[in-house]
Amino acid sequence: MDKQKRNENYNIYVESKVPKTKAWPSLFKAFLTGGIICVIGQGFFDLYSYLFPNLAESEVTTCMLMSIIFLTCLLTGFGIYDVIGAWGGAGSVIPITGFSNSISSPAIEFKKEGIIYGICVKMFTIAGPVIVCGVVGSIICGIVGLFI
Amino acid sequence: MQTIKMKNNTYLTEGYSIVGPLEGKGPLKDYFDYILKDDTLKEKTFEKAERKLLENIVAGAIDKSGLKTTDIQFFFGGDLLNQIVSSSYTARELEIPFIGLYSACATMAESIALAAIFVDNGLCENALAATCTHFSSAERQYRFPLELGNQRAPTTQWTITGGGASVVSKLKSNVKIVAVTFGKVLDFGIIDVNNMGAAMAPAACDTIREHLKNMGRTTSDYDFIATGDLGKLGCEILFDLLEQNEIVLGKNYQDCGCMMYNKKQRTFMGGSGAGCSASVFNGYILNKLKKGEFKRVLLVSTGALMSTTTNQQGDTIPAIAHAVEFEYVGNQISANNLKAAQNPAQNAKFSQNKSAKSKAKHNTRK
Amino acid sequence: MISVWDYVISFLVGGIICFLGQILVIRTKITTARILVLFLVIGMVLEVFNVYAPFKEFAKAGASVPIIGFGASLARGAILATKEYGIIGIFTGGLTATAGGISMAIFASFIFALIFSSKSKRGGH
Repeated sequence: MDKQKRNENYNIYVESKVPKTKAWPSLFKAFLTGGIICVIGQGFFDLYSYLFPNLAESEVTTCMLMSIIFLTCLLTGFGIYDVIGAWGGAGSVIPITGFSNSISSPAIEFKKEGIIYGICVKMFTIAGPVIVCGVVGSIICGIVGLFI
Repeated sequence: MQTIKMKNNTYLTEGYSIVGPLEGKGPLKDYFDYILKDDTLKEKTFEKAERKLLENIVAGAIDKSGLKTTDIQFFFGGDLLNQIVSSSYTARELEIPFIGLYSACATMAESIALAAIFVDNGLCENALAATCTHFSSAERQYRFPLELGNQRAPTTQWTITGGGASVVSKLKSNVKIVAVTFGKVLDFGIIDVNNMGAAMAPAACDTIREHLKNMGRTTSDYDFIATGDLGKLGCEILFDLLEQNEIVLGKNYQDCGCMMYNKKQRTFMGGSGAGCSASVFNGYILNKLKKGEFKRVLLVSTGALMSTTTNQQGDTIPAIAHAVEFEYVGNQISANNLKAAQNPAQNAKFSQNKSAKSKAKHNTRK
Repeated sequence: MISVWDYVISFLVGGIICFLGQILVIRTKITTARILVLFLVIGMVLEVFNVYAPFKEFAKAGASVPIIGFGASLARGAILATKEYGIIGIFTGGLTATAGGISMAIFASFIFALIFSSKSKRGGH
């Protein structure tokens, strides 16, 4: 009990000592990074709408997403995306590029453990929850859809 | 009693340190024996690179002390990787009886302390204490893949690439090991793994207090007190904690983690890792001790003893700190060391660096 | 027909979503995986309540590039497939709608993992 109190006090004390990140610069960087990635996405969207006028809008969107996912994997491979990520914070995570980076970075990192046990097993160490929550969530949405 | 005083004369004969390219640009760059240009050491994986790094460090230390590998009776060592593989695999190459240790980043002080106890009690003539860490291998084990684009919390520390080895021996040299203090494992309920300085500061405080009390000294008796890798925040907390115990740290106190990098290197709170206190001690502090610029030094290596599993299960971070006290005892050169002393290249610092470098290169080729 | 407004609104909306995410990062020390899941679920909820479609009409790529769009297509796919194919659609709809993105992410990661290795880092940023 005594120890618990000591620990609580210590945690409060440490919290007061922790340097606060300057919020505004990092928020601005996140805004800028996220904005630019979305603009690039819009660029691909317009490009594909122009090249393939017969495609439906949802198909063009898929093509656009696939393109930026591919580009992110490439940038991750060249060791550039982590620099963008460290600068842009959430701005590089929340766009689909963050999802792509979180699949490609462990794949590249753990390749040294072999193709099966390295790349294939470790590929979803970070993005796994996204796939799982996505699938479970979509099934729930489908069930909900039955009743709408 | 936590503190064990050395009854016979036990000396720290030589130390040797190697650091990575990033650390080699820091403020202590002139003190390290060798600075890597390529932190993969031409190995395929970072784990293999860390192993090679430790092998080179050990070979460098044995070379520099003028001993042969067969003269070393025990090898004390550890590192941060799971199952302390780097040390074990290094010991496989060395074929010296190996005592593997783990107290995370406090391994350097622990291994010097145990080596000193072995030598002091006449269990062996010469013992080797070595440890090292590699940023990239630690990162992939403890945190995220290197290429993941995430932001680090402002309280994180940067695991250093580098390490050091010390030869503890009966042979007289001008640095004597006076006493060692083994720390208690303390846990003040810190959960955040990005704030290890705060988790380790209470352990450092406790060990320093016990050591001072048992030795009957105050902080002003030391020319230099160094903690392992508390980082900037950990240092501030340590100041406050010691003040509550009515111990005042003066300008003679510094943290190895804070000394490792300059501000421009953006390593947040500073360096960390077992190699941090190992390389700063064997590089900077030992250099000053040997020259007599520091007469009495207290090295307090600190370690956080959690694992990724306990952390994910929401456990708090226990921490430990071990202390070793060194003293400069003037120029005492015995017959055994004469050979080394007569070699003028070993005396001048610049050429010493150079010769060490060529040796390290030689080792790399091996 | 390319309109400058599409780009401006994409930039602003995408930026604001990331801005909100960054507030969470600063305040709560949230990890990458949790941010992704959180915004994915937000996207699903928006879709279920039929808010996402008008939002995307307004924000263009600003709505579809953030992972919110990914969540929304998962939900929309499942709902539409359920309407069309019945119960089986509950299970096939979500992944069918997002198959392109997921397949590309896996394929590209696999290929690039074979080509590239992770690089040593030279300090924080």
